[in-house]
Amino acid sequence: MSAADLPAVPTAKGPLLRARDLHRSFGSTPALRGAELSVDAGEIVAVMGPSGSGKSTLLHCLAGIFPPDRGEVWFDGGRLDRLSESRRTELRRTSFGFVFQFGQLVPELTVADNIALPLLFNRDDRKDAYRRADEWLTRLELDGLGGRRTGELSGGQAQRVAIARALVIHPRVLFADEPTGSLDSLTGERAMDLLTDLARAEGTTVVLVTHDARVAAYADREVMVRDGLVTSPYPVEGGR
Amino acid sequence: MSVPLTLLGLLDREPSHGYDLKRDYDTYFVRGKPLPPGQVYSTLGRLARDGKVVAGESESGSGPDRRRYAITPTGRAEVESWLAEPVDSDPNLQTVLFVKVVLALMLGRDAEGYLDRQRASHLQRMRELTTLRRSSDPVDALLADHRLFHLEADLRWIDLTAARLTSLADLVAAS
Repeated sequence: MSAADLPAVPTAKGPLLRARDLHRSFGSTPALRGAELSVDAGEIVAVMGPSGSGKSTLLHCLAGIFPPDRGEVWFDGGRLDRLSESRRTELRRTSFGFVFQFGQLVPELTVADNIALPLLFNRDDRKDAYRRADEWLTRLELDGLGGRRTGELSGGQAQRVAIARALVIHPRVLFADEPTGSLDSLTGERAMDLLTDLARAEGTTVVLVTHDARVAAYADREVMVRDGLVTSPYPVEGGR
Repeated sequence: MSVPLTLLGLLDREPSHGYDLKRDYDTYFVRGKPLPPGQVYSTLGRLARDGKVVAGESESGSGPDRRRYAITPTGRAEVESWLAEPVDSDPNLQTVLFVKVVLALMLGRDAEGYLDRQRASHLQRMRELTTLRRSSDPVDALLADHRLFHLEADLRWIDLTAARLTSLADLVAAS
């Protein structure tokens, strides 16, 4: 699915991704209470906040993993929240990449299989999918590991495979939820170096949920989520 | 920590005698080293000279100085500007920021906003240092890392303070 397939809306220009007045509850517990966020194309934005503030729920709504109870999610000028579940799934498969705290790789498959998987889901040519997976192995400094089972990898290697798997489809937006949460400082630093370098090289927009200031410092700017609302910091000289 | 600005902040609540200021200063901002009375009165004298406070008429009673001091608009503007300005990270950051947060709560000002502003300032510095670290040789990268870890520690303290603002406000209000 391309952005042109989304329901028609008048916004030709503007942010690539936008949340307006998002509300989402789980049972009687509100997680989002009117959250607003705009992310420009190519921007890396860190979403920070205490545990339970609603930052992961915001990411899930922005990525169309589940719709908000109320409010709007716009992607590339189209209303993402109005799409059916199957069309949201298709959009996630073709336009969005995901990296989570624990790589969520398929343990029965090899590293190369895991990276090629999104391409195969998109019905790409099998040979071409594995050729591209090989390229990403090199870009993520994983040469020679393509035949290994993911259970044989270190935490840092597994997370780099997850980054490769997220970027192999050239997503418009990469959603990363605590991508270094399970890694030590040095390994996490290397993973973030690669994630942000590759995202910038590809022009990929990144929404990065983290409670870690050292991770957030890789972003162009940060927003805070508190009690289900997004607050931008006060303007800082030299910052955005 | 700036004694003149802290005393000015205390005076922004209400006009006070020197000994009231010393008592409140020692209660909230000092741990084990009370402010010498002479320093209180000399500081008030300088603040009066600079037009930041005005001293009332001497009142009858015992003690060296029974005058009540009141903050002027100039002094109030200086307090507001000082509270709003983020602090450079240094070993005294927590001390200065602690004073600002307590004073902001006393004065009914936006303590959470000050913490947010400080957080944004720190994160901006961390962004600069992250860029520097990535383009530096290993020695400079290590130095940048050292600064980054210190800023990160400050930020953790800021986040914890923000989470405790309600109980801190209750404590200040009850005193």
